[in-house]
Amino acid sequence: MKILVCISNVPDTTTKITFSSDNKEFNKAGVQYIINPYDELALTKALELNEAAGGGTVTAIHVGQADAEPNLRKALAVGADDAVRIDAAPIDGFFVASEIAHYAKDKGFDLILCGRESIDYNGGMVAGMLGELLDWPSVNVITSISINGGEAHLERDIDGGREVLTAKLPFVGSCQKELTEPRIPNMRGIMMARSKPLQVLPVAANTAHTQVATYAAPAPKAGCKFLEPTQVEELVHLLHTEAKVI
Amino acid sequence: MAVVVFAENNAGSFKKASFEIVSYAAAIAKTMGTSVTAVVLGSMEDAVAAELGTYGASKVVKVSDVSLDTFESHAHAKALAEVAKAEGAKVVVLANTYSGKAIAPRLSVKLSAALASGAVALPEINGSFTVLRSVFSNKGFANIQLDTDVKIVSLTPNSYKVVADGSAAAVENRSLGIASGDFKSTSVEVKKVTGKIPLTEAELVVSAGRGLKGPENWHLVEDLATTLGAATACSKPVSDMHWRTHDEHVGQTGITIKPNLYIAIGISGAIQHLAGVSGSKVIVAINTDKEAPFFKIADYGIVGDAFEVLPKLNEALSKFKAAN
Repeated sequence: MKILVCISNVPDTTTKITFSSDNKEFNKAGVQYIINPYDELALTKALELNEAAGGGTVTAIHVGQADAEPNLRKALAVGADDAVRIDAAPIDGFFVASEIAHYAKDKGFDLILCGRESIDYNGGMVAGMLGELLDWPSVNVITSISINGGEAHLERDIDGGREVLTAKLPFVGSCQKELTEPRIPNMRGIMMARSKPLQVLPVAANTAHTQVATYAAPAPKAGCKFLEPTQVEELVHLLHTEAKVI
Repeated sequence: MAVVVFAENNAGSFKKASFEIVSYAAAIAKTMGTSVTAVVLGSMEDAVAAELGTYGASKVVKVSDVSLDTFESHAHAKALAEVAKAEGAKVVVLANTYSGKAIAPRLSVKLSAALASGAVALPEINGSFTVLRSVFSNKGFANIQLDTDVKIVSLTPNSYKVVADGSAAAVENRSLGIASGDFKSTSVEVKKVTGKIPLTEAELVVSAGRGLKGPENWHLVEDLATTLGAATACSKPVSDMHWRTHDEHVGQTGITIKPNLYIAIGISGAIQHLAGVSGSKVIVAINTDKEAPFFKIADYGIVGDAFEVLPKLNEALSKFKAAN
């Protein structure tokens, strides 16, 4: 199969998030960037699906700037055949989806996989927008996928349970934990990644619907009220009368 | 002109998230000087649909095509888009549930409307339209400005108080002729978890980490959850070690939750875990280590051994429940 995997470049999960003094910018200084953890699942699953099918290609695509290239090389080291970077400073999820749809529309992909959301902007909208822009099915928060004769058998999270469903190729899927375990590149993969193609393409649609006006840090907590291990009745009392949550 | 709100049809009834978004939409409509039209897709008794009036809907449009009883993101987005257009929607409100997350992006493209997903407060409307949403997995917030004529906002559950001061609304049944071709995927089976409160909908959550020492000790957590009527959750190491299933993992790469009460037992409080739960209204931390980072964001803390504290806490809560 010919599979496209969408890669987002996000701050490492241990990053302490701070904003500029005018709250207009996220402070990027000293921040380590990683492949979005859900996108790693998408990449690994794409490789597994092609291994099961006995062949195919995996293309990793990223909409963003040159500083993401080390992570695109990492995707190549994990096993993607080639990578594409749309050279832009993405503004919102619609901007990203429009660029990827523009790239993918005439390339004959059988499947596009994304993470269920990026852990920086958490929009969770690229997969659904891609489905609509390409007029393909889109299936969110996939926890299981197998493909047979042009049809995918899927499981996905729903509110309060799971749904089993089928979708015909091509379609867009967004990947949830439990789908697979992310693959770690080995030395051979890292060596091979250096010579794999990484294509840089100019921005095409260049269109956004939203912009960040300001950022805000979470409100500071008032402080913890400590109780002794024996004071469980007091705790219950406080949760009822002071916090009013039970 | 109207504010259109998508009230999810849960097999003929509504969940609290729908009452929250109708109340939220009513507040937006008031600011804009317009009214709320609620949309229900699929089979539901008129009397049940009319209840949305209590929360501020002036009218309920019920699209009674039975095919819509089965959820599918494209068919549902198409039906909702058609009603939104017919009603002249300026703002469309959804709940940021799994269903809402599947429909909203498709709707956004269909209506050429900006989408703010995971909003946590009412929008500010004065010339521009901005709404606060959490970003960086709850480590921060951003005011997002929506620059299109029609706007879509999906509201994080448990972010807005239900306001029930209205009366039953008129229900208008409509058929849109949604056909099988509008369904782009095929539902085979829906497996609802029974006898357990879904974590994403829970108002009270009891969660535990490695401090519990092994899966065989989880009955202490489950007993407490049963007494409270709470959902159970866990930290990442616990789900990674398969002590508990992945759907219980809360944190930056798991589920982000916003319950009224989060009780963290034997979880030190790694930054990734705290991100996933910091939106909780009240946090109780129980940990043997008084330097555990969890105490920095907790409202109440007990420095103590979970194996000693939990049975006593369960007993105290049982007593409280019996008396209240």
